[in-house]
Formats: sequence, C-alpha cells, structure tokens
Amino acid sequence: MIEFIPPAFIYILGALLVPLLRGRVKATYMLILPAASFVFLVSTQVGTAWEINFLGFDLVPFKVDRLSLVFGYIFHLISLIGIIYTLSLKSDLEYVAGLVYAGSALGVVFAGDLFTFFVFWEMLTVSALWLIWARRTKASQAAGFRYLMVHVFGGLVLLAGIIMYISEQKSISLGFIGLHSPATYCIFIGMGINAAWPLLHSWLTDAYPESTVGGAVFLSAFTTKTAVYALARTFPGTEPLIWIGAAMTAFPIFYAVIENDLRRVLSYSLINQVGFMMVGIGIGTELAINGAAAHAFAHILYKSLLFMSMGAVIFRTGKINATDLGGLYKSMPWTALFCSIGAASISAFPLTSGFVSKSMVLDAAAHGHMSIIWLTLLFASAGVFHHSGIKIPFFAFFSHDAGHRVKEAPASMLVAMGIAAFFCIFLGVYPGFLYSILPYPVDFVPYTAPHVLSQLQLLMFSALAFTLLLLSGIYPAEIRAINLDADLLYRKGGPLFYKAMAAVLNGMNSLVDQIFITRFIGSISKFTRHGPANLLLLIFRPYWKLCRLEGPEQEEAKEKLYRRVEAGILPLSVMGLFAMAYLGLLYLL
Amino acid sequence: MNSDKKHVFDNPGNVRKVLYGLFASLVLLLAIELFIHGHPYFAWEEWFGFYAIYGFVACVLLVLAAKYILRPFVKREEDYYD
Repeated sequence: MIEFIPPAFIYILGALLVPLLRGRVKATYMLILPAASFVFLVSTQVGTAWEINFLGFDLVPFKVDRLSLVFGYIFHLISLIGIIYTLSLKSDLEYVAGLVYAGSALGVVFAGDLFTFFVFWEMLTVSALWLIWARRTKASQAAGFRYLMVHVFGGLVLLAGIIMYISEQKSISLGFIGLHSPATYCIFIGMGINAAWPLLHSWLTDAYPESTVGGAVFLSAFTTKTAVYALARTFPGTEPLIWIGAAMTAFPIFYAVIENDLRRVLSYSLINQVGFMMVGIGIGTELAINGAAAHAFAHILYKSLLFMSMGAVIFRTGKINATDLGGLYKSMPWTALFCSIGAASISAFPLTSGFVSKSMVLDAAAHGHMSIIWLTLLFASAGVFHHSGIKIPFFAFFSHDAGHRVKEAPASMLVAMGIAAFFCIFLGVYPGFLYSILPYPVDFVPYTAPHVLSQLQLLMFSALAFTLLLLSGIYPAEIRAINLDADLLYRKGGPLFYKAMAAVLNGMNSLVDQIFITRFIGSISKFTRHGPANLLLLIFRPYWKLCRLEGPEQEEAKEKLYRRVEAGILPLSVMGLFAMAYLGLLYLL
Repeated sequence: MNSDKKHVFDNPGNVRKVLYGLFASLVLLLAIELFIHGHPYFAWEEWFGFYAIYGFVACVLLVLAAKYILRPFVKREEDYYD
C-alpha cells in the first residue's frame, strides 16, 4: 500500500496527459485529478515526511504539517473550481499550464527543504506565464514578458539568499528563518516580490488583467498565496511585515477607485487583501497566524469568484472597462448574483467568509495595542467594500444600461461560481469548519453582538458615502485612461535605460573605432605599405639626381618603385644593395 | 433577447425603495448601538457611532483623495505605453 503521493506529482504528471484526451474523457480526467490528489492528501498523516539523500543533501520533497495543510486544502478546492470554470473554454494550453501551476504551488506548500521549495517556486512563474500569454493579444504578450522579467529577478534574489543561507546554516531544511543576515534579507525580498509588496507589486496589476478569462482565476489564487504561505513558514513575527502589510491594505484602494478596467480593480484589491495576511504574519501570534491562514483560505474563494464573474462578463460581452459596461443584471442575473456574493464576502459582511477571517487579523492587531495599524486596517476594510464590494457589481451589472443583450454565462462557469459562492456563505455561517483546519487551536468567536453591529455600521455607512457621492456627482466618473504605477519605473525606465546605454556604449564604440580601427590601423597599414618604398626613395633620390632623372621621368620611376615594393617584386640587386650598405655600415662602425 | 422587457431597476420607484431601505437600516444600526455594549480594546470604540462615522469619513476621504490628488498625478492616455 502506498502511504502517500505528493499532490504536486499528481498535478504535474497528470497535466501532461491532458492534451492526449478528448471530449468528456478529458473533462472527467481533469476533474478526477484534484479529487484523487485530495483523497491522498486527506489520508496522509500530519507529520509525514519523505526524505531522500541526494548528493549529500537531505532532500524532503514532501512534508505535511498543519500550516501546509490549510494551503493544501484550499489549493485543491480552487483548482477544482478553476477547472470546472474553464471547461467551456477548451484550451489545452490553459489546462496544462493551469494544472502545472496549481501543482507547483502545492509543491511549494509541501516542500520540506529549500531546494525543492525553490524548484517549485520557479515552476510557478514559468507555468503562470502561459496563462497570460494564452490570451494571445499584443498587450498580454508584453505584460507576460514583463511578468517574466520581474519574477526572474525575484527568483534570482531568492536563490542568492538561499545559497548564502545554506552555506551559513550547513543545512537545507526549510523552517523558521527570521531576519538576521544579508542572506535572510535576500530571501525575505525574493518572497516579497511574489507577495506583491508595495513598489514590488506592479507585475500583478500589470499582468493579471491581461491574462485569459480562466487564467486570471488560477493566477489570483496561487502566486501571492504561495508567498503568503512561504512568509508564514519562514518569517512569522517579523515586525517589518506589519508595516508592509498595512501599506498594502491602504494604498491600492486609492488606485482601485479611479481604475477603469474592472479586473485591474480586482487586482488592486487582491493586493489590499494580501496586506491583511502580511499584517497577520508580521504580528506572529497564534491568533494572527491563524487569521492570516484563514484569510488566505477565504480570500482565495471570493477573489476567484469575483475574477470568475468578471471573466464571464468578458466571455460574453468582450468588454471589461467600467465605461463599456452596466445593466448586465438583466441578461446575466446568475453571474450578477454570484458576483454580489463574492463582493459581500470580500467586504466581510456578517454571514460571509470574509467576516470570520479578516476580523481575526484585526483582533490580533488590537490585542497587540497597535492602534495605527488597527485604524489603517479599519480604513482599508471600509475602502475594500467601497471598490470591490460596491464598485465591481455596480458598474458591471447595475449602473446605467450599456445595452449589452447577451446570453447568461455558460453552465460550467455558473457551476464553478456557484460552488465558490456556496463556500463563501458556508464558511461565514459555519466558521467552525474553517477554524478546525487552522494551524493553531482557535479560541475566537466572530459572532458577538458588538462585533456584528460595528462591522455593519462600518459597511453600511460606507455604502451611504458611496451613494451620496454618486448622487451628488462627486464620485469620479470612469474615464478611458490608464493610471501610472510603479511599473512606470521599468516600462518607461527600461527603454530609457536602454537608450542611455545605447548612446553611451555605442558612442564609446564608435570613438574607439575612429581612433584605433580607422586611424591607428590605417596608419600602420599605410606605413607597412609605403615604409620600405620611402626608405628606398632616400637612396634612390640622390641616385636619380646623379643620373639627371627629373620631372615626369623621376615621377614615373617613383611610381614604379612604389608598385614594385608593394607587390614585393624588387629586383634582387636592390636587396643586394641593401645588404652591401648594411655590411658596409657594420664594417665602418 | 428581451430588450423591451422592464427590469426591476428600470423603475425609478424601485431604486427609491432601495435607497429608503438603506437609510432606514442606517438609523436602525445607530439605534441598536444604544442597547449593545462590547468590551472594546481602544477607548475610541466606545464613542457613539464611531464605526459609522469612521466608515463614512474614510470612504469620502478615499474618494476625494483618489479623485483630486491621485488621479491628476497618474492619469495618462490609454496608449501611453505604446
């Protein structure tokens, strides 16, 4: 009897068979993969570790503990939902990339050593890339390329850190690292790039909105949450994470308010939500780590639900900008309903998943008497309701009717959204299920009268603000425009750097070419061509003078001499003359 | 499709109902606060209507800052990078 099969193996090896299958067999096979992997995972004991000795290193490609299990469970669930969602899209490239991508995320989560961790971490980037490129537009190609560049850079920083760390520690095992040396700072930043920290975040808001309809569902779930897991594993209780996280919750919501592309709005709010997880990890208490893990679990479901609903809108209307949408509730009522459930969850309305998870992080901050952090998180909570909770459903499905009369989303998309919506409410109504799989025992009661009331007040008065601003015309009109972000640095800076370097280096090149190649080599070649002839002229001129050779005749003789010397066909006597002169000189001296 | 069919929010009366529902729930939420007392971590949580005011002010500031401070700085034509 096999004791365990690592999920990454099932996903990644299983993905390779997908293009060979057809029709219903393919669909069934793809649904069985996550289900089978999940069955194996559930039957694996906590504490299981598969150890291999490889070239003197103790590799642990598969290790199960409670922290990795939370992420393992949700990654299985969301990949199943994602596969159902993409069944109507019929794109082998996306199926294979999606499965390898999910498998790589599971590989990271169950990695017990830094080597395995890094290999899967890099596979995550490579497979995600195809979910962006599969859109096959010019914008997606460019965004995918930038995505690759940023993550290759992040991967190298991480690799540098890991190599230094291994040589410091003399061990490759993966566990608590903590900030204490250049190596650990490199690892910290390498992970931070994937977690979309402020100023390192723009790959996310740049690439996700350009990915395919189904790709965005996978992308929104794995890369950042894998980084959340990695930081929770290696840097729990690292104080800078609290401040980084608080900044992450606050700044993207300003962008989200003025952004026109609704999937980009969701991307900004994704960063905002990951910020809550960062704060939880930074605080590092059992409640806070539980909160971060619970929030990751809940977040993956409602964020992918929102991306699914926006994907369905693109699929049917071909549009995603708020300026082109509105009134879709008439033709896509189910999608509108599921989107609203996702929107309520991300806003943390009582009886939805966001309410039972986000409040753990806020409570952990309050426990630690971090008033500024707490107020920032509260501000971000109101803000996220504003842009994700209201703006997304309002501008897509309600607002003024843009006149789209389309069909409802395909059945497979509705089923996938339905499952995600079910879990959003199920976790909110029955938080005990979520709390029972968290890394630490949970002593937290989300449903107290004051807590429910204060959350409802916060949200409903935010809704009032939205309503009044909208009715008074102050709410910023959606404009066909883009907004500059940190990617300006490399999208404008990159070409600028290229031009500057081209000017400087090419300038140096042509200068050196001028001096050495054209002038110096030219004069050497001239010298070697005419030098001997000029020497001979010194002798021949007096001789010609004696012979009274003058004018044109002398010129002719000179021409002849040059030709002969250059062609190397001097009469022997000339050389003999030289030899005589030379020997005579020696004799005299 | 059924483009001529009247939908629920095509009727301004229904939109008004939603708005009145919202205003009524706001009043209700403030009224309930008189009867519920929690165990707050911070002193300001005890101020009457703290969460309500904070949520309202936060959203107004958010929108004003995004519209009048951030947008003028970062807004560019859609083909800016092309």
